[in-house]
Amino acid sequence: MSTAIRQFFKTFLLWELLLGLKLTGRHLFSRKITIQYPDETTPISPRFRGLHALRRYPNGEERCIACKLCEAVCPALAITIESEARDDGTRRTTRYDIDLFKCIFCGFCEEACPVDSIVETHIMHYHFENRGEQIMTKDKLLAIGDKYEAQIAAARAVDAPYR
Amino acid sequence: MQQAMMEFWDGLPVIMQIMTKIMMIVGPLLLVVAYTTFAERKVIGYMQVRVGPNRVGPRGWLQPIADSLKLLLKEVIIPTNSDKYLFLIAPVLAIAPALAVWAVIPFDDGMVLADINAGLLYLLALSSVGVYGIIIAGWASNSRYALLGGMRSAAQIVSYEIAMGFALVGVVMAAGSLNLGEIVMAQQGSVYHWFLLPLFPLFLVYLISGVAETNRAPFDVAEGESEIVAGFHVEYSGMAFAIFFLAEYANMILISALTALLFLGGWLSPFEGILPESVFALPVIGWLLGSGIHWLLIKTAFFLFCFLWFRATFPRYRYDHIMRLGWKVLIPVTILWLFVLGVAVALGIGPWFA
Repeated sequence: MSTAIRQFFKTFLLWELLLGLKLTGRHLFSRKITIQYPDETTPISPRFRGLHALRRYPNGEERCIACKLCEAVCPALAITIESEARDDGTRRTTRYDIDLFKCIFCGFCEEACPVDSIVETHIMHYHFENRGEQIMTKDKLLAIGDKYEAQIAAARAVDAPYR
Repeated sequence: MQQAMMEFWDGLPVIMQIMTKIMMIVGPLLLVVAYTTFAERKVIGYMQVRVGPNRVGPRGWLQPIADSLKLLLKEVIIPTNSDKYLFLIAPVLAIAPALAVWAVIPFDDGMVLADINAGLLYLLALSSVGVYGIIIAGWASNSRYALLGGMRSAAQIVSYEIAMGFALVGVVMAAGSLNLGEIVMAQQGSVYHWFLLPLFPLFLVYLISGVAETNRAPFDVAEGESEIVAGFHVEYSGMAFAIFFLAEYANMILISALTALLFLGGWLSPFEGILPESVFALPVIGWLLGSGIHWLLIKTAFFLFCFLWFRATFPRYRYDHIMRLGWKVLIPVTILWLFVLGVAVALGIGPWFA
């Protein structure tokens, strides 16, 4: 009986509705969590896996030794490597293609690489306008590596203690 | 200078005077409507811990202008099998009463376009006409969703009109007049003379049925996005669509202003009768604290905010629940309170009514 009376008054005094209004009213003044995206960005982990790059040694020599471990480990079969012996006797790639349509950005190639040559950078904004542009050739990968070397090296250095 | 202005004003033909007055009401009204849409998006955004529109102009202040420009430039598509004339007349039928009711709204003592003695009846009549726009829009679109929306809105508005009308009867009984200006003047004295306290149940009923009358959340089954796409205005685009929104927001502002006028003493200051008379004689503070149009605007803005607040808070009512609330709860409550009020008025009980 008393619950029925209490229920009656709760209904007619719009008690639950007032509680709801109180909740939204409180949120009106709470701090907003929106990130104004193009102006602000969320922090990116040093382990972020974006567009690929091939790195060089400080003396300008490309790191890749065509061991094909990345090609072997790639679960999406996105990497194609052809190699030959160079005049100085070292083995180098003649072709290093990554098909970005196949790539799943798992980062296994980076993990497999014994010389830290193939890496995934923090680049996440890119697009293709023509068929075939999704194939990242050796030249393109090296160019990206040259351009973002500082960033790549910094990210590796931050992550080094955990490896 | 003032003398010259007055002479110029009196020299104008009457029709020009009336047109100028109409412009002075409709112009700011449309501006307020535009910025109410902005305020709505901002307030709801803030309540959802977002920031709302902030890209167009400084802090997003030009957003409503961009919106209306976009809608103006868009094509008004007329569905092939629709009733062309009714389809185009429906938005007009929605907006015309929403603007026409403002003729009898007093903004300050004597500041009213048409000081007719049956203002409240005029108001009720015109706000009922507004539903025809929605019904005709629903029917003329030749779309199932639109028709469903129109029917829902018709049934809902008819139901809530009764509760709303009865709530207003209480106000009329307390004020002894149908003229809105006189209703406000009847509340003169102090906050305790406002009709808010003695008519509190009627105030709640009026506010709830006001929200239902304007098809606003949580009573927005007429457009019910998740159920019937957009209800009566699915087939509308461009400016025809914008006009429905204009009408809806103008009605929202109207209900807010009416609530302020009928229950919160309109332009009367809440400090009246509480602070000593000498305070009101002070140069600027006295004007601010004293009665004036700014108090009406503040009260209206508060209720307008409540509309947005409700929308951010409450989930949409199920259709049969709306009917239940309207017929089985609001109308009995109103009639009961009217009875109490009648007895109080007849026996002269209570400090409020002469």
